[in-house]
Amino acid sequence: MTLLDARGVTVQFGGLTAVSDVDFVIPEGSIVALIGPNGAGKTTFFNVLTGLYQPSYGEVLFDEQSVLGVPPHAIAARGMARTFQNIRLFGAMTASENVMVAMHPHLRSGVASTILRLPKQRHEERDARAVAKELLEFVGIGGTDDEFAKNLPYGDQRRLEVARALALRPKLLLLDEPTAGMNPQESAAFTAFVHRVRDERGITILLIEHDMKVVMGTAERITVLEYGAKIAKGTPAEIRADHRVIEAYLGKSATEGAA
Amino acid sequence: MMVLVWAIGVLVFTFAVVRFVFRQDQNKAGLAAIGLTIAVILPHLGFTKDTGSFFPIFTVVLCAVYALFALGLNVVVGFAGLLDLGYVAFFLFGAYVGAWLMSIFAVNVSESWRDINIHFLDAAKPDFPGIHLSFWLVVIIAGVVAAIAGVIIGAPTLRLKSDYLALVTLGFGEILPEVFRNGDDLAGLNLTNGTKGIGPIDNVGMGFLDVIPGVPKTIRSSDFQTKYYVILVFCGLFVWVSLKLRDGRLGRAWMAIREDELAASLMGVPLMRTKLWSYAVGAVAGGVGGAFYATIVGTVNVDNFTFQFSIIILCAVILGGMGNVWGSILGGVVITWFNYTGLVYISEKSGFDLKQYEFAFFGLVLVVMMLFRPQGFIPAARTKQVRQADKEMLATQEVAV
Repeated sequence: MTLLDARGVTVQFGGLTAVSDVDFVIPEGSIVALIGPNGAGKTTFFNVLTGLYQPSYGEVLFDEQSVLGVPPHAIAARGMARTFQNIRLFGAMTASENVMVAMHPHLRSGVASTILRLPKQRHEERDARAVAKELLEFVGIGGTDDEFAKNLPYGDQRRLEVARALALRPKLLLLDEPTAGMNPQESAAFTAFVHRVRDERGITILLIEHDMKVVMGTAERITVLEYGAKIAKGTPAEIRADHRVIEAYLGKSATEGAA
Repeated sequence: MMVLVWAIGVLVFTFAVVRFVFRQDQNKAGLAAIGLTIAVILPHLGFTKDTGSFFPIFTVVLCAVYALFALGLNVVVGFAGLLDLGYVAFFLFGAYVGAWLMSIFAVNVSESWRDINIHFLDAAKPDFPGIHLSFWLVVIIAGVVAAIAGVIIGAPTLRLKSDYLALVTLGFGEILPEVFRNGDDLAGLNLTNGTKGIGPIDNVGMGFLDVIPGVPKTIRSSDFQTKYYVILVFCGLFVWVSLKLRDGRLGRAWMAIREDELAASLMGVPLMRTKLWSYAVGAVAGGVGGAFYATIVGTVNVDNFTFQFSIIILCAVILGGMGNVWGSILGGVVITWFNYTGLVYISEKSGFDLKQYEFAFFGLVLVVMMLFRPQGFIPAARTKQVRQADKEMLATQEVAV
């Protein structure tokens, strides 16, 4: 079954075409990667999916419903969660609170029940805290519940972003350069972690990544963008052999030299 | 003597409740007990009865009213991080609701209202014409009207960010008093009495105490002492509301918006709704305080509602410590004391006319605060801890260099 279906997505900023006529399909339960050189339009494409940008042309169906014109919070509530290329945590909030913010669409208590401290609200809060604790353990930073996000080490902040995204109970998790700034051991551990998220929680994953080891180690399907256009798609083996991809990354002479 | 007994009673009771019911540590319980005891005993201390003293009763009451305003604005500025320079709008709505529903004014609205005479559990004489509703009902209406005004003002303005929001709210704060100034002939109706203002406004009714046996006669009269306790209760209720909301689902969403609006929306927080809630909750304090203010001053005049008011309340929140309810109260009290009594009192005692340099003085205080204690008198717990961690990190970096 197709979870996400983007057709002919084009994003123009004035005269600049950041994303040009991209078709993109994500089957449910898969791990898909979006790669390309810097400035290829990968993050712009993410921003279209999550509702931050409206495409100039094209259509995006998530779970068979259009996301165009839907505000970001509503798309998130429908089950699309993301992390950010440059970490965007709520700095002055604790790890646990960060995670609980993303439970917002799933919590029910309103203003009146909060002020009156009704038992229902108190139980809901207690359960939410327990879920947050469990998620922090799942991403490997258990015990940091009461630490301020700002004070966590860099690697833990990246993990906290994933925990926060998972709190939305997403169907689709978008990871924007999740291993940026990680060393090879951390990246390898992250590769295994991505598989765990998919296998244990049944969450479909789309990742933008520059580290080819991580991409080849996680993704089942890869799509390559260059200058906003899709230049290739296929399995990791196919992409590795595709001379247009090699050209995009290494320049023309690289393929000529090989030939 | 009675005062002393009361003081000890309140002290012990508060300490016990905070320590054992709310399970706070000794220091917190002690501070809470001392703070509440001072607040409760204040109007019974001798100096408050002397209008020339450093803290006359009228200033005491005003301090409490401004503390309520500061608590309200703290929800908007401190919790949700929305810079609102038009808080005066909510004060204005609250005060005019009080004036409309608790005075003779309704007979002036139009010719056909000439004989209007509505009374409902009020403190006015039954044959006094106009609309006279119970103060307690009016306070609720004022809160609701202010909240609705908050949503109406917020709906178009809250789409803007930081500086733009500040400018537009400032504009609203300037426009509304002008509308009320010229509201004495709107489509043939006199809705605001223009520059002449509305008065006299009825007192706080304490008639409900009659049904409780054994209540001493002294607290039945609507004097400033009694009114002070009324506003103290409102402040207490709003502290509760602030704290509970802050620690709940809505409070987390406010803080997330304050920290990173874009990330918050991508984590499922509806921005408009959440911001509107902060406006509405903050406006309730403005409306309730406004209606109360109308009854203690006795008249409502459009000249009371100035941009300066919005700035003073904002200063109170910043001085006290943004995001901290206790700081907001302290900030509101300190600023109001200087504004209404302190400057004059100091001028009289020292012979130096400080009152003349009022704005220079406030400016100086703000600059000094920003230099030496930018986080305010009582910073929010999280501000304190994050700042501490920042300092430690800087220290380790310096060592590393």
